[in-house]
Formats: sequence, C-alpha cells, structure tokens
Amino acid sequence: MSMELIKPGVNIDFVGKMKYAMILSAVLILIGIGAIIYHGGFNLGIDFAGGSIIQVKFSKNVSADQIRTSLQSTKLGNSTIQQFGNNEFLIRTHESFSDQKMLAANVEQPLTAAFNKDYEIRRVEVVGAKVSADFTRKAIIAVIFSWLAILIYVTWRFEFRYAAGGILALVHDTLIVIGSVAVMNMEFTINILAVLIFVIGFSINDTIVTLDRIREIVKRNPKQKLGDIINLAINETLSRTILTSLTVFFTVLALYIFGGPVIRDFAFAMLVGTVVGTYSTIYIACTSVLLFDNLQLAKVKRRK
Amino acid sequence: MFKSLKIRLAVTAVVCLAALYFLIPTFVSNIPSPLDQYLPKEKIHLGLDLQGGMHLLMEIDTDKALEAMMERTSNDLKESLMEGKVHFRNVEKTQGAAISLELTDSAGKSALEKVLKDQFPDLEISSSTPRDGGQLVTLKINNKRAVELKKLTVEHSVETIRNRVDQFGVAEPEIIQEGENRILIQLPGVKDPERAKNLIGKTALLEFKIVDEENSLDEALRGNIPEGDVIAYGTREDKSSGQRGQVPYLLKNKTLLTGASLETAKVQISDRFGEPHVSIKFNSQGAADFDRITNENVRKRLAIVLDGVVHSAPVIQERISGGQAQITGNFTMDEARDLAIVLRAGALPAPVNILEERTVGPSLGSDSIQQGILATIIGSLLVILFMVVYYRLCGAVADIALVINIILILAVLAAFRATLTLPGIAGMLLTVGVAVDANILIFERIREELRTGKTARLALDTGYDRAFITIIDTHITGIISALVLMFFGTGPIKGFAVTTIIGLIASLFTAIFITRVIFDYVTWNYNVKKLSI
Repeated sequence: MSMELIKPGVNIDFVGKMKYAMILSAVLILIGIGAIIYHGGFNLGIDFAGGSIIQVKFSKNVSADQIRTSLQSTKLGNSTIQQFGNNEFLIRTHESFSDQKMLAANVEQPLTAAFNKDYEIRRVEVVGAKVSADFTRKAIIAVIFSWLAILIYVTWRFEFRYAAGGILALVHDTLIVIGSVAVMNMEFTINILAVLIFVIGFSINDTIVTLDRIREIVKRNPKQKLGDIINLAINETLSRTILTSLTVFFTVLALYIFGGPVIRDFAFAMLVGTVVGTYSTIYIACTSVLLFDNLQLAKVKRRK
Repeated sequence: MFKSLKIRLAVTAVVCLAALYFLIPTFVSNIPSPLDQYLPKEKIHLGLDLQGGMHLLMEIDTDKALEAMMERTSNDLKESLMEGKVHFRNVEKTQGAAISLELTDSAGKSALEKVLKDQFPDLEISSSTPRDGGQLVTLKINNKRAVELKKLTVEHSVETIRNRVDQFGVAEPEIIQEGENRILIQLPGVKDPERAKNLIGKTALLEFKIVDEENSLDEALRGNIPEGDVIAYGTREDKSSGQRGQVPYLLKNKTLLTGASLETAKVQISDRFGEPHVSIKFNSQGAADFDRITNENVRKRLAIVLDGVVHSAPVIQERISGGQAQITGNFTMDEARDLAIVLRAGALPAPVNILEERTVGPSLGSDSIQQGILATIIGSLLVILFMVVYYRLCGAVADIALVINIILILAVLAAFRATLTLPGIAGMLLTVGVAVDANILIFERIREELRTGKTARLALDTGYDRAFITIIDTHITGIISALVLMFFGTGPIKGFAVTTIIGLIASLFTAIFITRVIFDYVTWNYNVKKLSI
C-alpha cells in the first residue's frame, strides 16, 4: 500500500466554488491595497527610494532607544532603527552618504561616544538617487516583461484562453505577495522583486501541469462539458500540485527559519508566494479558462 | 534519447565524475604537489555578500573634465590671440564648457577664425553678436571632439583606478566600465572601506604654484584678490594642542608643474622625527622644468598643492637639479602610503561621484554562509525524507538525482567561475524543491498507470513519456522568469538567477535522465514485478 495524501478518484467541485474563490482573492488583494494606503504608500527600500542602511552589531545589551538617543544630534537623528537579530540593529536613513567622512561623523563618532568600542559596523549600503531611479525603472520592466514572456510562451504552447487564465493568476499572485509585504510593513527591496519574479515562474508551473491535463481530457472526451473537464483535471493533478507545493514550502520554511536575518524578508515573501501560487493555479487559472470560454460562447450566441 | 543502457550509464558516470573533478579545489584545501597540476585551480567564487568586501558604482563627471579642459584652452587662447595681435578683451570660460570673449575691432572675427583654424581646430564659434563696433563671441568645442574627449576621460579614469587598486593590494578586484560613464568596482575582502574609497575616489591632482608674496594676503582675504592670483588653504596641526587649523595662502594661479611630470613616488621616513613623507622623482622633462622653475624663483615660496589643498610651501633655497622633491605634512604611515600610490598611478582626469555603495563586513559574510548552508542542508533533508517516506524506493532514486543535482550546480558554478551569493544559495535550495517536482510528476503518472493494471515496466515507460512534455514546459517557464531576473538584476540577485537557471537545466538531466537510467538498469537486470512507489 503506498502512501497517498490525496486518494485517487477524489472529486472536489472546484469550479462550483469559483465564486467564493473570487471573493476571497478580491478580499486578499483589497487588504493588501488597504495596507499600502494605511502605511502611506509603499515602504520602499533604499534600492528603490535611495538612502543608506547601516547594520551594527553590539557586543552587549543595547536598546533601539539608546541608539536613537546617541544619534540625536547627527544627520541620522531622523533615521529608523530596527532590531535585526541579537543585539544587532539596522539604521536606515534617506540620506545617501556618498562620502565616508560623513559616515564617520554621523555614525562612528556618536556610537563610539555612547557605547565605547563595543560595536561593529557589519554592513553599509548606500544607494544614490540616480541608481534608485534606474532600479525602479528596471524593476517595473522586469515584472511586466516576465508576464509578457510567459503569456507568449503559454499562448504558443496552448491557446490564448488558457494563457489568459494563467496570466490572470500571475497578476493575482504578484498583487497578493506585494500586499503581504505591505501588511507586514516590510521594505520593498530588490530581494522582494526577485521573489515576485520567481513566484511568477513557480505559479505558472502548476498552472501548466493542470492545463496540460485539461487539454489531454479534452482530446479524450471532446463532448464533455468544459466545467467537468476542468474539475476532473484539477482533481487528477491535485496530488502532484499539493506535493510539489509542499516540497517547495519545506525548503522555503527552512530558509525562513535558518537562513538568517539578511534573507528573512525574502523567505517570508517566498512562503506567501508558494501558498498563493498553488491556490491561484487551482482557483484562478483553471476556473478562469471556463470564464473566458463562457465569454466567447456568449459572444458567439449574440452574433447568431 | 539514447536507447542503449550502457551508453546512458556511461554518460551519467562521466557527468558525475566531471562534476566532482571541478569541485575538488573547493572541498579539498591542501592538494599535494604532484597532483595539483592535473586539477583545476578554481574554487567556487563567493559573492561580496558572503566573503565580505565592497561594491562601488561610480560616475565619472566627464562634464567637469570638459570644463577643466576649456579653462586651460581659454588661457592658451589668450596667449595665442596676443601673439596674433588680435584685439580682444574679457576672455572667460563660461557655464557649460564654453569660452566667451569680446573682439574690439571689426576685423577681429576673421583674425579669430584664422587663429582657431590654425591652432584650435576643436573649437568653433557658436554665436557672435555685434557690440560697440566689435563683437561678443562664444566658442564651443565641437560635438564630435567633445564625445571623443569624454570617452577618453572615462577610459583614462578606469585605467587610473585599476592602477591604484592593483597597487593597493586587493585580491581579485573587479573593475568594469558600465554604460557611458560609470565604473563598477568590486573589492573582495577589503578591511578598511574608508581608506579604499579615499584611494579610489581621490582626484590626486598635484600642482606646483608660486606663493604671491608681493601682494597682501589680508587684503586678498577681504575680497580684493589680485589679477591672476587665487587663495588656497592648507591645514596646520598645532603640536602642543593637537588641533588642526586652516591656513590661507595667496598663490599665483598659474600651475608651473603637475603630477603628470612624475616618474615615481615613494614613502620615506625622515631621519629626525621618524615621520613619514612622500618623496617624488620627476621624469626627465619634469626634472628640467623643475630645475628651471627653482632657478627662476630662488628665495620665493613654492606651494605644493594636492586637489586644491596646500600641503606645504617651502622657500626655494637654491636651484634644485636632479628632479627630486618631498611632500611633507603630518601624514600617518597609511596616508603617506596611499598618497604615494595615487601619485604613481596618476591623477583622475575628472572627479568621480559614488552612486552606490554596498559594504559587507567579513563577519556578516561568514554568518551568512553558515546560515545559508544550514538552511540548505535542513531544507534538502526535509525534501529527501519526504520523498522516501512518500514514494519509498522510488523516492530514494529521486533523492539520488537530487543530490547529484546539487553537486552539478556547485560544479558548474566552479567550472564557469560564476559567483555564489546569499540569494544564490536560496536559489539552490528552491531548485531542490522544484527539481523533485519533475519526479513527483513522473511518479504520480506511474501510480495512475499502475492503477489501470499495467505492469511495472509498462507503467514506468508510460509515466516517463506522458510526464516528459509537461516537465519541459515547467522548466522552460522557470528558466524564462530567471532569465528576466538575470538581465535586470544586479549583484546578489543575478546570483539567484544564475543558480536557478543552472539548477533547472541540471534538474532536466538528473530528474528525467538519471532516474530513468537507474529504473531501467534495475528493471532490466532484476525481474521486478512490483514497484516500490
């Protein structure tokens, strides 16, 4: 007897729950948009907004407030200070210190004055306005470009109504991952951009497998109703969809727990992406094939 | 692909052995001497985020270089016009790298045109308006020449920075021109980023100028600077209090000699106080000029100016032949050493601005490696365990493929000198999750076929065949999105894209080809009736 997570012959009516799924998706997307509005726009990291990050590790117990006080009279007086692991802090500011002397005067001297030499500057990142504008432009192009590239590939391999469903799911996933970043008030960095594009590639994976199956069943039983075919295809591939998502989820979870603070935001967004990508394959991509089909049918009827 | 099992086994063995061969330097640190000639030298190259170091993106201000050139040209032009007996006044470099002058008689324009044609072919008259019987003329450098000059400026800057970095002593630095006027600099393992930045970004324009002692410095400080003079500052350290103060100097604007005439520069320790100073030696032309200058200006003070700051202004006691001089000025040993480096490497033809800087300390880098490796091991173990529990022996076969996949990724990174970054490690781990997907697809198909009552052998064949095209599709879409990232991403993110692409391609080989070889080998050699799946 082999181990089976999903018993063969399972028959869940996914298509019938399409309405609820669409409501759920809409709610999730709205929550994301709400979070963005609540926080007064995107919380852009220095890659996109410009500025500096200084990561400091202390060898004794120090609080964010103590650091804030020590930096009061410097140009970093208005900076955000965030705990980042054990006695480790990120100091963020919109100033871009292109001059090292400025860094020495505004960080090293006040910190040394307040904490002696019991600290180590572990990372300094400075992004100027020109570069952040470049990154922003490139990021937008990259996301749209990957949508387009995948739309073209899936259209070529399948049909446009399949591809359209797939892309709808990708846009859906992108919005929800962005929304989750906003809800957690995490910074939108280049790493998050990488997650978005990875999720685009991952989510379409599942979709393709199911679309493949839809096509196979259509060939076998051309007379069957499309709704039933879609349901059957999702059920037949459900075991694989969930297993693969599980293995990816395991690896990302390991990354989230053990990968260290530098990669934690990346791993978090990836976790959300894995779950959403799987959900959207089942409920958005495949069911919307039916939606597009109905639309086309309606058009044909009207012409008659 | 290949029908013969023997050939397929051989291909598998060759690929695995080749991968291990490229990984030897990474995992074995001390290879005994006769062996090491036959082995590759390259370890896996770690990104700056893992080994620590500095990433700088700099912009060369080519407009400034153009302006400086126009400044010099305007001085030359003044002399040429005087020689050519052209009547003019108010020659000035104006905004946007242009020169304006006023010609005071009506025949001036043709005379100016002749001077330009003979001696300044790069200049052209961009506008001229009549004024008081003469003309107000604006001169510009012609566009083609301006573009050429900017290009040369960038090339020269890259070359100079490369020289400086080489002499500073950084292992495997990377200095690449990006776009029109940007330079990307990667310095792995730099311990003192401040010093490195200073060394790279310093213009290091060394100038020798005469101190004007005929006119009053106080008067000049009040705003009445004599024609042809300029005020410059130097720093002075009060030995008793240790405080640094600024000292003004009134200098003749004309630069008598620059750092371009140097042959070499080195650090020396003065005998009396044990203080370091930089001793410079002029090339033959420079030595002759220095000889002449000192001869003409005995008893005057000669200011040594670096990037507009007066370092010292000693009195010329006597004519100095031999072309040797010293730059003193309260240097620490490191400062003196860096100054000697920049003087040897030469001045930057234009100022540089830092657009982006990312510095990671070595301790953060090694933390990141440890955490990345830990996450990879735990994540991979989870997947490996899951596959064995869920698919039994077949799962174990997929696990073998998975381990080979990881080895292949690392081997390709080492062989092609690609860089492993922290997001790259994440990419590798994700590939582990995605790579087993191919096997899950195949195994689920095989289970379906078995349920319809097919024999183990037939179910295997059908399972692989049916899943094949789907697997190709999923891999291609994954590679497409990673390619997009590779073209638009930078640094660490590029590393993520690279490992993902390598991992996906490797997974096509390991998850389809290698597992099939194992299954075929087993089912053909042993009479397998039932699959452990």
